[in-house]
Amino acid sequence: MLEKIFVKTYAPPPVCEKEILRYAGVKEGEAFAPLLKACLAETEISCRVCYLATEREKFFSLFGRESKLLSRRLKNCAYVLLFAATVGIELDRKIMRYTKLSPSKALFFQAIGAERIESLCDLFCEELALECAKSGYATTQRFSPGYGDFPLERQKEIFALLDCPRKIGLTLSDGGLMSPTKSVTAIVGIGKGERKEEKKNCHSCEKIDCAYREL
Amino acid sequence: MKIKDFIKENIFYLDGGMGTMLEEELAFGELPERLNVTAPEKIESIHRAYFEAGCNLVLTNTFGANSLKFSETELNGIIKAAVENAKRARENSTGDQPKFIALDIGPTGKLLKPYGAFAFEEAVSALAKTARLGEKYGVDCIVIETMSDSYETKAALLAVKENTALPVFVSNAYGKDGKLMTGGTPAAMVALLEGMGADAIGVNCSFGPTEMQGVVEELLKKSSLPVFVKPNAGLPVVKEGKTAYDLDEETFAEKTAAFLDVGARGVGGCCGTTPAYLKKLIEKAKGKAPLPVTEKNITCVSSYTHAVEFTAPVLIGERINPTGKKRFAQALKERDTEYVLAEGLAQQEKGAHILDVNVGCPGIDEKTELPRYIESLQAVSALPLQIDTSDPEAMEKALRLYNGKAMINSVNGKKESMERIFPLVKKYGGVVVALTLDERGIPETAEGRVEIAEKIIRKASEYGIAKKDIIVDPLAMAISADKNAAGVTLTALRMLREKLQVKTSLGVSNVSFGLPNRETVNAAFFALALENGLSAAILNPHSLEMLKTCYAFNALRGLDENCEEYIRFASCLSPLAQAQTLASPQSEKSAETDGSALQKAIVKGLKEGAKEACKKLLEEKTAIEIVEGEIVPALDTVGKGYEEKRVYLPQLLMSAEASKAAFEEIKLSLLKSGKTQEKKCKVILATVHGDIHDIGKNIVGTLLENYGFEVLDLGKDVPPEKIVEETLKERAPIVGLSALMTTTLPSMEETVKRLREKAPWCKIIVGGAVLNAEYAEKIGADGYGKDGMQSVRFCQTVYEQSKK
Repeated sequence: MLEKIFVKTYAPPPVCEKEILRYAGVKEGEAFAPLLKACLAETEISCRVCYLATEREKFFSLFGRESKLLSRRLKNCAYVLLFAATVGIELDRKIMRYTKLSPSKALFFQAIGAERIESLCDLFCEELALECAKSGYATTQRFSPGYGDFPLERQKEIFALLDCPRKIGLTLSDGGLMSPTKSVTAIVGIGKGERKEEKKNCHSCEKIDCAYREL
Repeated sequence: MKIKDFIKENIFYLDGGMGTMLEEELAFGELPERLNVTAPEKIESIHRAYFEAGCNLVLTNTFGANSLKFSETELNGIIKAAVENAKRARENSTGDQPKFIALDIGPTGKLLKPYGAFAFEEAVSALAKTARLGEKYGVDCIVIETMSDSYETKAALLAVKENTALPVFVSNAYGKDGKLMTGGTPAAMVALLEGMGADAIGVNCSFGPTEMQGVVEELLKKSSLPVFVKPNAGLPVVKEGKTAYDLDEETFAEKTAAFLDVGARGVGGCCGTTPAYLKKLIEKAKGKAPLPVTEKNITCVSSYTHAVEFTAPVLIGERINPTGKKRFAQALKERDTEYVLAEGLAQQEKGAHILDVNVGCPGIDEKTELPRYIESLQAVSALPLQIDTSDPEAMEKALRLYNGKAMINSVNGKKESMERIFPLVKKYGGVVVALTLDERGIPETAEGRVEIAEKIIRKASEYGIAKKDIIVDPLAMAISADKNAAGVTLTALRMLREKLQVKTSLGVSNVSFGLPNRETVNAAFFALALENGLSAAILNPHSLEMLKTCYAFNALRGLDENCEEYIRFASCLSPLAQAQTLASPQSEKSAETDGSALQKAIVKGLKEGAKEACKKLLEEKTAIEIVEGEIVPALDTVGKGYEEKRVYLPQLLMSAEASKAAFEEIKLSLLKSGKTQEKKCKVILATVHGDIHDIGKNIVGTLLENYGFEVLDLGKDVPPEKIVEETLKERAPIVGLSALMTTTLPSMEETVKRLREKAPWCKIIVGGAVLNAEYAEKIGADGYGKDGMQSVRFCQTVYEQSKK
């Protein structure tokens, strides 16, 4: 039997300008403040998340254990939560509009989109962690197809399970790309234990020549 | 009895959830449509339970039955079995209510271009197969449901209308904000669906009856067609460790039946509802009489987001039109899409409600170009479009691809015109502009023009086109040629409003042709025309006089609550506000008065500054001197700074935009002297097949254009054969390919291989996040563009060598 899928909508989470500048490839942002402000004023997003939780063994029976990294991540977990999040299609429209008219603005909207969707995922995961903590459970960091050895192709299964087009208007092309583009699918493990304050950090990543590496 | 007749007089009950009933049966990954073949008794029993509950219309288990998921043979088998299951259920069920069977068509789950990778016509043909099979196996009607995008809804409805003669009901899934996932309002959907000839309009899924209320009210207010409602059994909740929907049968039934009291014609259920829910619902609804479905008589057009009604004066921007505009005609010839888009967006900012789109000029193939511009415009602007062409074939292609109910410009009283245009209006929907002229020309009297209008309206009704979808243009003529010209038009306007009760439109500025200071005359005429009932005007939204007239008229005529719109408009007119808008370019200018003002403006990325400085320089220097002596050195300064990591990417782009503004001035000045700018050589750019990331490629394109290359951007997700074809056609010396994902690298390799075979002369540069120099060499490219500037350097080297 399939699990029920839940849908949550959110007001836009607080904006982190520093992150936006980082995504735009800017180290000192003062000169770009007016441009950033103008772009943020035009930003309209519609935040939606759909998710379902299942037992770990059931998850592995569906997804297999080919990803060692994921198996390790879920080692002490009893449950697995899958979610898909999107900030909607308006940003794609803005990006398309300004690609033609003002490439610098298009770049900023790309960066805003990256920051918005990450902030939405942070918000959702934070809520989840707090909820789990109430009954003595802790959550792992989120883990997406394409991370490490977890293949991008698994998007198909995630989409099939979460019914993303219907629930939140998120679609997957034959080539495995999501639209709206500013969207994330991910997996979170849930296991008995204390909640650990985990900081996002780039140290655990093997891609050391990444332009966005924060060290 | 036919279903269409039944719903005319009766409330009709649709069925409830199918997926909900199959949850227990389905293993993960199993497609529910296959159960039609593998478990026909199960499917039949569900249908039968709904008929037993009292439902009139049962939907086949074919939500996802389309050629994207199934082979043609399997699809045929599934739909055949699905219809048979429903028919058996009908035969084997008791109950004497009329029972009908609908073929169910759900969304494909793919997003259409330009935001997704799925082409509009692909969607039409995929769903057409399903629709044809449904008709073949004998359903009574088709229900298109759970559509969350207006464009896919249009594709589905077109597929059904083009391929079957069945009645078709269309239902959308709206979000909490009362809009579709891609932004459409209920009013926009009513406009689109009524225009294309749906037989009933509905809402389903997403949530329960309570949350749906706003959308249902809106549909009932706008729709002249029967409205039906299929809510979920509330929202999913966790109860005792199990998930379930939060409304029980009783509550669901009560709330859903209440929609019948406000005018809904059909009710049913969606996710979480079962035959027990429907039984309860039908019990609750017992004894309720159907409320009449009334003609709302709304004249409106729509875009993918919203509908524009012709109640207060509607402003139609006329600037996308090459007539008398050399620079615009040049942009069309060079396929300079961004120039056209910028013209559209500038009018939107000035307050236009609709954009007229006319790209007809010598040397332009409207059949390919008009649809292309319509697609580009509707991707970036939310305004409804008025499609303006005298080529019926171009008109049809554009109407087909238009994401909404378009304004159609135009038809006239000539037999030939009406016979060509009306079938298009009928098929694709739209509001058509009717010019009051015919075989005998333009009548000199108001009565003559009204007569032609009557003839057009009569003829339209023979095609099933209502008067509300016709806007009569009684033609504004030059008063310099005939002093009574304006009077005739104004009288005609009044007669059209009073006698025919039809909406009207005018190309206002024709009236002042041949006179000095035309705006004064135009504005006064506009005011008179509005007072005589004009509903819409085609005008230049940049004309302040016209806007003043329009805002003042609305305030004077009580069309502007508390004069709010007028006050907002007037606040932009105050000397202070004007000083502010002028302040920035002026201060830029004053800081840059020495010889290298243009260079400084470009380095700083100041668009206005660069434009003004270039204008000034053109008074003393030639175009080539400015390009080589000012613009290129400035770009080099920024480019070098970027390579040395002193300048950030956005700054590089801002400089590129500033230099583009300067180039625009140069183009204008060259046009005046009848010359065109020299270009270096052609560069073809594309994001490879399967990949839709194009930010890097676009940046490279912007920079290359600045450096004088002629860039032909093929877009994203471009198949290898298309890239080869264009390279051969243009004999392009350079091709730039981009890929962002490891999964699309093979597609890049394939493209390089094919280019090497077919176009051995061309130099290939590749770039993208997953590439490096080593890999670029491995797949046989000539260069690797680490960033935009490196790509420019590569192209410059190739160009220099080719000159030698």
